[in-house]
Amino acid sequence: MIKISGIAASAGIAVAKAFILKHPDYTITKTSISDVELEIVKLESALEISKGELARIKARTLAELGEKKAEIFESHLLILEDPELISPVMDKIREEAVNADYALQEVANQFIEMFENMKSTYLQERAADMRDVTKRVLNHLLGISYVSPAEISEEVIVIAEDLTPSDTAQLNRKYVKGFTTNIGGRTSHSAIMARSLEIPAVVGTKHVMSEVKAGDLIIVDGLSGDVLVNPGEAEVALYIAKQKEYDLQIAEWKKLREEPTVSADGKHVELAANIGTPNDVAGVIDNGGEGVGLYRTEFLYMGRDKLPSEEIQYNAYRTVLENMQGKPVVVRTLDIGGDKELPYLELPKEMNPFLGFRAIRLCLDRQDIFRTQLRALLRASVHGDLRIMFPMIATLGEFRAARDLLLEEKAKLHEEGKEVSDQIQLGIMVEIPSTAVLADQFAKEVDFFSIGTNDLIQYTMAADRMNERVSYLYQPYNPAILRLIKNVIDAAHAEGKWTGMCGEMAGDVTAIPLLLGLGLDEFSMSATSILPARSQIAKLSAAEMKELAAKALQLGTAEEVAALVQAINY
Amino acid sequence: MQTTFRIIDEDGIHARPATALVNTATKFKDTEAFAEAKGKKVTLKSILGVLSLGLESGDTLTLITEGGQEAEALGALQDVMIKEGLGELND
Repeated sequence: MIKISGIAASAGIAVAKAFILKHPDYTITKTSISDVELEIVKLESALEISKGELARIKARTLAELGEKKAEIFESHLLILEDPELISPVMDKIREEAVNADYALQEVANQFIEMFENMKSTYLQERAADMRDVTKRVLNHLLGISYVSPAEISEEVIVIAEDLTPSDTAQLNRKYVKGFTTNIGGRTSHSAIMARSLEIPAVVGTKHVMSEVKAGDLIIVDGLSGDVLVNPGEAEVALYIAKQKEYDLQIAEWKKLREEPTVSADGKHVELAANIGTPNDVAGVIDNGGEGVGLYRTEFLYMGRDKLPSEEIQYNAYRTVLENMQGKPVVVRTLDIGGDKELPYLELPKEMNPFLGFRAIRLCLDRQDIFRTQLRALLRASVHGDLRIMFPMIATLGEFRAARDLLLEEKAKLHEEGKEVSDQIQLGIMVEIPSTAVLADQFAKEVDFFSIGTNDLIQYTMAADRMNERVSYLYQPYNPAILRLIKNVIDAAHAEGKWTGMCGEMAGDVTAIPLLLGLGLDEFSMSATSILPARSQIAKLSAAEMKELAAKALQLGTAEEVAALVQAINY
Repeated sequence: MQTTFRIIDEDGIHARPATALVNTATKFKDTEAFAEAKGKKVTLKSILGVLSLGLESGDTLTLITEGGQEAEALGALQDVMIKEGLGELND
């Protein structure tokens, strides 16, 4: 048995056979063929087998994941039946007496190139479909046995270097019990995806790919970050017991779904969820979320070739508000620029993207973009309890400028006879130290604060959280961070306002007792963290945590704070 | 026979509606069907052909049917255009 350690990216335990996800090598050489007709037969047979596969995948996807996900395979089928593709391949084989794989690749490449040169980003991306379909046929021509993640039809643990968005989109929860990768961290795409699919995952193992063969028995422990390769019977039994215990725990948590979040001594706090798209709302309701504490609107702007219209945005915001059924929804206005790029904005590359032209800085400059979003939000406001929050506010001047634009758009909508709610709360993200320090002044003008700890920590510690060499400085429990948080919460309370938190820290088991003690009003986290947090808070006394937090503020290091919290008896 | 549309879908003509158009055109075996836009004419029985037009919102697209059941075919294609929210008739 080999034990490999990585980063626990998604909770739970899974035991199953290894499925190695590796993209094969398609090196093709041009050869002269003597029997041209035999080559044509080979091509036709490879096409038939491929179509059969696609028809099966399509039927299964339709049954298990619905019509929308199945459509892509329908278009793949059409491509394989397309005379514009097949005839030139046949002609090439006949006229040049070349091998079918070469002829297919040559013709397919012309289409791939055509798509890549198209103006629309959407059509450029169709090159990927063309590649996918070509590879499927090449597998049969070249005798490569490659199974794409969409075709997995038995229970497996997926082992990969990394999982791309197109890989994860194809994972079927029914069969993929867990996954583990060589690279990635807690906030990498694959990890976020695993949490939303609720599949146990361990990422960043560095060498799981070289240690595991297809069919090896694998245990993925998404609680500890361990991966066991070919464990003995005793280990398997131990982990299956651990898995059962975890499932029981989950069942226990699910009972708290409809309950409010109340501490042992009766203090109520609000547990909300962070979401990226209207589709995420189902998970929020399912996990007993009391609201949406952060709706990241960036996704509306990504994966397209131009800005989303007011109507597209209005529909998305309205859907979220309606589906949350009157519960509060905090929408963060566009936080793009810097590391999060939108190709169609054609922004210049920057030396320090995290300290650069992004979020509210960009929105105040590109008012055309900002005003469209504000109008869509204002119009959607009548469909629920909307709260609007501006990201990356560094000065009171920025907040006032953004607020004034909002008020201007509101007045315009009134003139146009459109309805706008009068109950919209207006707040800011506190993620820049200057704003955390000056919170008392901000508190007079905003309705609420939401502390974005991921950025607040990296700006306070002057350490890029993506840089592994300085990642030790990403210290949520550092007393310096805790003092800033306290300053923000106290400032809000002094003005009768509320403070939330929407960074990773809000759902962190060690941070929760401290945040409760510091008086945080709203905790916004991944939907799947809500029930565990509710269960934890129910066991904590807010009064005792207030004393604990006061002690923590007087300590010198993050380690001392963590030790203090971990000594709590539940 | 032919009809001209103005593309109104924000994404232009993408894979899903293109698939629907090709499937519909293919149903009419004895009828030729073409799509013409930006000075390029392709068969409507090829998804790669339809996508190669690179149609975007605001573009004009002419659907042409010839022979056999040209009227039925054109009617069916027109229904797809409207039902999928792809285009509006350009009178």
